[in-house]
Amino acid sequence: MSKKAKIETVDNVTIRFAGDSGDGMQLSGGRFTQTSAIMGNDLSTLPDFPAEIRAPAGSLAGVSSFQIHFSSQEIHTPGENPDVLVAMNPAALKVHLKDLTPGGTLIINKNAFTTKNLKLAGYESDPTEDGSLEDYYSAHFIEMSKLVTLACEGIDLAPKLIDRTKNLCALGVLFWIYDRPLEPTIEWLNKKFKSKPDIVDANVKALHAGYNYGDTAEIFTTRYVVNKAKLPAGKYRNINGTLATCLGLLTAVEKSNLSLTFAGYPITPASNILHTLANWKRFGVKTYQAEDEIAGIGAALGASYGGSLGVTASSGPGIALKGEFLGLAIITELPLVVINVQRGGPSTGLPTKTEQSDLFQAVYGRNGEAPMPVIAASTPGDCYYTAYEACRIAVKYMTPVMMLSDGYLVNGSEPWIIPNPDDLEDFDAEFVKENLTDEQYLPYKRNEETLARGWAIPGTKGLEHRIGGIEKQDVTGNVNYDSDNHEKMVQIRAQKVANIANELPPTEVFGEKEGDLLILSWGSTHGTCKSATESLLSENLKVAHVSIRWISPLPNDLKDILSNYKNVLMPEINTGQFRQIVRAEFLVDAIGLNEVQGKPLGASTIVAKAKEIINER
Amino acid sequence: MSDKPLLKKADFQSDQAIRWCPGCGDYAILAQTQKTFPQITEDKENTVFVSGIGCSSRFPYYMNTYGFHTIHGRAPTIASGLKMANPDLSVWLVTGDGDGLSIGGNHMIHLLRRNFDINIMLFNNRIYGLTKGQYSPTSEQGKVTYSTPMGSLDYPFKPTKLALGAEASFVAKTIDKELKHLQAMILRANEHKGTSFIEIYQNCNIFNDGAFAKLTDRDTKEEQLLRLEHGEPLIFGTEKDKGIYLDGTTPKVVKIGHEYSIDDIVVHDEEDRFIGDMLANFTESEEFPEPVGVLYCKERPTYDSLMSAQMDESQKGSKSSKGLNELLNAGDTWEVK
Repeated sequence: MSKKAKIETVDNVTIRFAGDSGDGMQLSGGRFTQTSAIMGNDLSTLPDFPAEIRAPAGSLAGVSSFQIHFSSQEIHTPGENPDVLVAMNPAALKVHLKDLTPGGTLIINKNAFTTKNLKLAGYESDPTEDGSLEDYYSAHFIEMSKLVTLACEGIDLAPKLIDRTKNLCALGVLFWIYDRPLEPTIEWLNKKFKSKPDIVDANVKALHAGYNYGDTAEIFTTRYVVNKAKLPAGKYRNINGTLATCLGLLTAVEKSNLSLTFAGYPITPASNILHTLANWKRFGVKTYQAEDEIAGIGAALGASYGGSLGVTASSGPGIALKGEFLGLAIITELPLVVINVQRGGPSTGLPTKTEQSDLFQAVYGRNGEAPMPVIAASTPGDCYYTAYEACRIAVKYMTPVMMLSDGYLVNGSEPWIIPNPDDLEDFDAEFVKENLTDEQYLPYKRNEETLARGWAIPGTKGLEHRIGGIEKQDVTGNVNYDSDNHEKMVQIRAQKVANIANELPPTEVFGEKEGDLLILSWGSTHGTCKSATESLLSENLKVAHVSIRWISPLPNDLKDILSNYKNVLMPEINTGQFRQIVRAEFLVDAIGLNEVQGKPLGASTIVAKAKEIINER
Repeated sequence: MSDKPLLKKADFQSDQAIRWCPGCGDYAILAQTQKTFPQITEDKENTVFVSGIGCSSRFPYYMNTYGFHTIHGRAPTIASGLKMANPDLSVWLVTGDGDGLSIGGNHMIHLLRRNFDINIMLFNNRIYGLTKGQYSPTSEQGKVTYSTPMGSLDYPFKPTKLALGAEASFVAKTIDKELKHLQAMILRANEHKGTSFIEIYQNCNIFNDGAFAKLTDRDTKEEQLLRLEHGEPLIFGTEKDKGIYLDGTTPKVVKIGHEYSIDDIVVHDEEDRFIGDMLANFTESEEFPEPVGVLYCKERPTYDSLMSAQMDESQKGSKSSKGLNELLNAGDTWEVK
């Protein structure tokens, strides 16, 4: 360690890496995350990238960023305003500087501040030269391109390839400031570029160059230590929502002795689910890239009809196309899991940004009386349990289930206690084996408790029967247009979904069991709301937080919980969709906190709003 | 087949009342299918009929096998998923010119190029029946219907040509009134490994009566129909005295006897894509006879067999029961005490 820098211990740090799409910011962020995880910090991350794959280099549209919030305490959000901003070019500085905490640390790749890049970013004068930054921030202008070129002298690689290692140089600087080891990254580089020793060599040298720069340049006056967080005991790994979702699906089919057939059509930000599962053929997972969204759900439903568990995933625009098939799955009462990784809408909207605005679409977005269970994941790691639960309910109740996720959840990551699948409830899928009567098989005969019909799959002797989208006669499943029968079937389908509420565990209330304010959330705003609640509780305010997992059906105990508080605040990344449902369902005058900016809510906004409500009413 | 008792036609008839209009061509197609199936399978539980929406798509309700009446145009997607889940099933897809070529056109072409081992029966009556008489994508241009009082502007598809363009591995055409021929085509489709496409001309006696009259009237049909037999010359006519002659790459109808002998006539080769394309072009042509039979048939690996091979390949040397824990514990892990 350098003798000159003083050491300071801090609890929480938020770093944002920002640069051009090609600057490797996701990689720098990812490695910092992994290293911090191994060091035992709690953390939460938020990648943010442009919709364009290759926006013009140096342009504002091409800026990509990765934010990590790490801490010696338990945290639930990727942080709001960063304490440190790494800006690899003028465009990145332009886009992100406004978020940097006043007095925060700014680390800039000086070599990218060329006349051309400054012009592309819309700077009239060079902010690294005109003194505009130093007064407000602890600004460090590092010639990263030059550093890596010097460090990599003698390596037989094109200058362009050497220049690309500057993201490792930036990472090295950060590792020095926060006293993190380089070894995990070096090991990772060795594995990743196994067959390209020159690339490994250059990247390792760039990493060291950055670290040593911090150590010797004497420009940083302080180094920071973020101690281990006191996390629950267990074996941990870092996980993002995509992988957690896929692992949840795989766990569900292993526990139920089913096979998994995933059919989907590429769409941001859901495609990675298809990519991940496509690599799991060795576990019996079949994947299918369909010709369109409709074919994706159709093939998944066809697979379920054939006795496999059909799963499809998409985002809002794709879910819109799948709507008619959801109706068919509902009336034919076949298991199916549909994952909606929500993004900004309407239409193409903001494909790479997060939003919670497909709630109405999930709950109501079909023709006819078409009730369907809807479950929402609350954190990246929770996607595992949510996907598992979606599968279990789909099979147990013979129904399609919509799982709501979002761009933040699938791309964000957090440390995660590796689950033991044995701790999860088994749900053996049972196919109808034989027709015990001499009569025609009765495909719509139901389990009395769940109201689920039997899963009778083609290939089973004696169960030959026909299903379809025309209204079914109760029990026989024959085509039937009778008005009383139709009404009865509408009610049965609704009751079947409502019955799921009877097996839900008691709703968890975090904080005061009664009091002035309940913060009620669903989905990915969980973390922000929990952080806000922790902060409010620390000020001895009578508040609590409830995070809703099942949107449809809602938990049976929610009504009583709501009645224990004077006010209900519902933060959502939409204009108040869940609030409308809660108001309609429980006649509660819930107050909204709604932002639709394509990014997670900030805990401080919620804290401020909560105080305003408590003081006013 | 084993020594199990053979099933009979009645075994394939469901207990549901048939709701097509009296006189509809669909009755004949259903009857021939039920009659043929005892030759196709002795385990009717392994047969699934999948359909979309339209008059033809009611078909599964009347077959006493497994059946799935899905949504408009989407039967190919269900059939594909079903075949992936259980490649051992015999999957039949029943569709129409509206269901299969209009709203479901995209799924149709992709099913054909993928070549799942699925048999398609496309009932072409050149009209929308269930929605009561609008023109379809196979209706002739200028068709006056409820939606086109001054005549339709759309230029029609030739379904067999579309199927070949979509890389179908089996393309055949038959007619509802050609009972024996219809049976033969069903049997051929069943034998073919890959997606089999049978276009069946079917008369809608309510909204488009007589659309195929010249192909079905006893007096005219032999002059109009070119009955395809693999390895046989392409001859037609009541006297079997006309044939297809190739002038370079241009087909011509010639009279056999004087200038041209039977040896000058093109011999049908089901595996010859050039001949298949040529025959598909004869559809609804003033100049050429209407080909019925197998236009093209050439096997190539099916999607389901390729998928099974990949699944087998991926599972070599690994045991799936250990897989989940391996995946859960992959990457960097650490203990918190």
